[in-house]
Amino acid sequence: MSTTRRDFIKSASLAGAAATASGWSGGLVLPSAVVEQSDTFLKDLCLSALDAARTAGATYADVRIVNIRDQSVAASENRVTEISDNETFGVGVRALARGAWGYAASRHLTRQECQRLAGQAVNQAVANARAVSTPVELALVDAYPDGMWRSPIRRDPFRVPMEDKIDLLLAANARALSVNRAQFVNSSMLFVRQRTTFASTEGSIIQQTVYRTVPQMTITAVASDSTNSQSRASAEVAPMGLGYEHVEAANLEERALEWAEEAVEKLSATPVEPGAYDLILDPTNLFLTIHETIGHATELDRALGFEANYAGTSFLAPPADVIEKLQYGPEFMNVIGDRTQEGALATVGWDDEGVPADSWAIVRDGIFVDYQTTREQVRWISGLTGVTMSHGCSLASSWDSVQLQRMPNISLMPGEDDHVLDDLIAATDRGILVTGHGSYSIDQQRSNFQFGGQVFYEVSGGQVGRMLKDVAYKGRTLDFWNSMDMLGGPRSYFIGGTTGDLKGQPAQAHATSHGCPPARFRQVEVTNTAS
Amino acid sequence: MADYFTEAEARDLCDQILARSTADAAAVTVSSGSDGFTRFARNEIATSGEVLRADARVTSRIGDRSASVRWNDLGSAAIQQAVSRSEELARIAPEDPQSLPLLGPQEYVQNEAFFAATEELDAERRADVILAVTEPAAAADLVAAGFLDRTVGSRAVANTNGLFAYHNSTAASYTTTIRTPDGTGSGWAGTTHSDWMSMVSPADLAAQAIDKTRASQDAEEIAPGPFTVVLEPTAVGNLISLMRTAFDARVADEGRSFFSQPGGGNKAGEVVMDERLTLLSDPADPDLLTCPSASDGWPLSRTVWIEDGVLTNLAYSRYWAQQQSRDPVAVGGGMKLTGGDGTTADLIGTVERGILVTRFWYIRPVDQRRLLYTGMTRDGTFLIEGGQVTRPVKNLRFNEGLMSMLNKVEAIGTAVRIVASEAGGIGAPVVVPPLVVQDFHFTSVSDAV
Repeated sequence: MSTTRRDFIKSASLAGAAATASGWSGGLVLPSAVVEQSDTFLKDLCLSALDAARTAGATYADVRIVNIRDQSVAASENRVTEISDNETFGVGVRALARGAWGYAASRHLTRQECQRLAGQAVNQAVANARAVSTPVELALVDAYPDGMWRSPIRRDPFRVPMEDKIDLLLAANARALSVNRAQFVNSSMLFVRQRTTFASTEGSIIQQTVYRTVPQMTITAVASDSTNSQSRASAEVAPMGLGYEHVEAANLEERALEWAEEAVEKLSATPVEPGAYDLILDPTNLFLTIHETIGHATELDRALGFEANYAGTSFLAPPADVIEKLQYGPEFMNVIGDRTQEGALATVGWDDEGVPADSWAIVRDGIFVDYQTTREQVRWISGLTGVTMSHGCSLASSWDSVQLQRMPNISLMPGEDDHVLDDLIAATDRGILVTGHGSYSIDQQRSNFQFGGQVFYEVSGGQVGRMLKDVAYKGRTLDFWNSMDMLGGPRSYFIGGTTGDLKGQPAQAHATSHGCPPARFRQVEVTNTAS
Repeated sequence: MADYFTEAEARDLCDQILARSTADAAAVTVSSGSDGFTRFARNEIATSGEVLRADARVTSRIGDRSASVRWNDLGSAAIQQAVSRSEELARIAPEDPQSLPLLGPQEYVQNEAFFAATEELDAERRADVILAVTEPAAAADLVAAGFLDRTVGSRAVANTNGLFAYHNSTAASYTTTIRTPDGTGSGWAGTTHSDWMSMVSPADLAAQAIDKTRASQDAEEIAPGPFTVVLEPTAVGNLISLMRTAFDARVADEGRSFFSQPGGGNKAGEVVMDERLTLLSDPADPDLLTCPSASDGWPLSRTVWIEDGVLTNLAYSRYWAQQQSRDPVAVGGGMKLTGGDGTTADLIGTVERGILVTRFWYIRPVDQRRLLYTGMTRDGTFLIEGGQVTRPVKNLRFNEGLMSMLNKVEAIGTAVRIVASEAGGIGAPVVVPPLVVQDFHFTSVSDAV
């Protein structure tokens, strides 16, 4: 990785680290009294659970007390359709005994209940051990007895008056509805604050507060004869690990006009002619392509068959055949996994096993070099990678879910030539520009894909031309990435994200971000979805 | 410290919450229960869990303004705070011109959806059941992964107009994907029901997946294009379950749905699919056994959405029903597609040349208005020649319209309850038959096994 790229990530990491100084702070107006429980009380509950787990025979245990507050405001046209303010609070204990895992969780935050959960988790582990022949072994981790981290928010969304949120959504809707034929507008804001107290028998006690802010709009235009309807979603506004300042920066009211006009224009856009095109993918589209074709493919649990029954396996297997061997893309392709970029959704101080946030190469100079790992996964590939510590990818969605390997931020590093989107367009003779993410589908080993977008434009002679419709691009992951021949620079880097990434059984929703610049891919097959 | 509320306990909690209301009106939903699961992979148990859960949601109304709070500390002080918070937010909310008065007391159909055999699936029992799949898989030199999920719960809905509804239920789901160690073959099997005793036995589940895995090895590539397909019930259910949201009358009347009529209105009364097929929801159906009340307490009953191919009902919210001067129709009660008789094997015997599909994966809308979807086949895709399965073929991507597919049906089997969710867990009940469909559009081939 070049100095430029290292500096790029370093600056993002430092920004994230600076935020940790803000620490744990409470004092919000909350609907529940129990959240006002003191930090000392919560830590004491954790320690009582760990003691009980040890006594019951656990060789390792961790406990998470999780409080999640979410607030949602939604509007359709000139109506507010939802105002909700929710909170969930509970504790989960995970225990390792006889080489097997067990997990028990409850909403009852008492010492007695924590001890009962610990015993139940150990009992499960013992029951499960009958069907375990390869005992779990955990990679080493340092102890963090006073860990503390908080998302780097500048304006707490739960302190912003509800009236302001309502006014903002209704004003944005009114702006969209001012466009002729833009008949239906849905807008919303979702705010999440997750406070976790984690403790493990390794000696860590860590408190973290993670925020997520999700403003969004969808505008639908309907043809006068009801034979066609087209929608435009606010793809340029990503969900982020930020505060209300992200809503203010999103500027929904101003952008609503452009989105509404594009929804209407889509009604009469030119159907795409199927064939091979040079594709210019705006980062608002490319981030989700990275998620599907690199993010999921490089999950080690999938590669080794642990997710075979639902999320699937990976073409990137077995590890010995691909680590430091497989050409993922061109030499200027560099992909990192990280939990450190400021404002990104998977950014934390520690994961749900007490492993500190990491940043590492997944693809270096076009070659695949490493997977995403948790503590129990490290030994499966450490002989190949030389890495003996977890990359910190263990996560559970709430207190009622057990940890599993989840995707960190997976980002495509910008190129050294500081191109912007216009440079890619100017260099393209015949192509299609794809903006925003649409319908995404990929096989269970993460190779054969068909991806859509929000808005498509013909590119001809270095110029943007007509709007196109019914466009989807398809291909195979390695063919696709090896066709990349042009990459935007740091000025065009954008962080997109998703909050609904499902994995695991029971399925857990996960939020993660993907940074990338725009990129060009040569001769990608484009299909007309209407034909 | 159990978290499963009996009817009396749920009613008492609802009363406690509503008693604190100072709003013009209020409604509450109380959910409770426990979830237990065990996962396995590489012929070993990977994780398991037992979770106690309960929460409440209160919606306060002040005039035509409303707001909701959901929380799970159900102690007295927290209840007071939650009710006060919902009232505080409701006062801020703008008036909703589409607001309607809360429902009064309702009558509900009765069903018995709580089964002791399902409730008793604790971690010890689940480990036994999983060994019944992993041991035969290992003996066959194959590798099993899978998921056994069990839930026990109750839900109560009440409001200040005197409405009270309570329902308790159990459900379980057991799925397994068995692969060859070299990754050249993969087979899936699954079963689900409210009653564990009505599910496929673990031994039979293992045998089904093992047979499919063995038959799937070393699949050959076949050129994509339109094919006659035999869709196993799970594959049919993967697709039909996506129609649950397609029946909204308002969306249709406003020109945004497959069921929109050009020029305005909707397609009610028109033939929309093969006239042998009927699609319905029914909370009392012994194959479905769903909660007989909607989230606002509206009673759910047998609703035939499409009868003998004719669109007979769309879902009307109370507001839209009032606007259209008709009765509301709520979505709920699971989905059941009927119209034929026979097994998947019977249907295979009727096909001269086609493709057998076990299940679909990553199904996503390409054009929601046309109900056009894309997705992949997975875990058992085979060529049929002369009424026999002759060889495995590589997985294929499809681009196909749901209603288009239901107008190209050649043969229909007997409807069975299936695991419709790609995630393999407990979802809304879906009962569907295997189908033979002509000209199903496969668009590309995948090397994924």
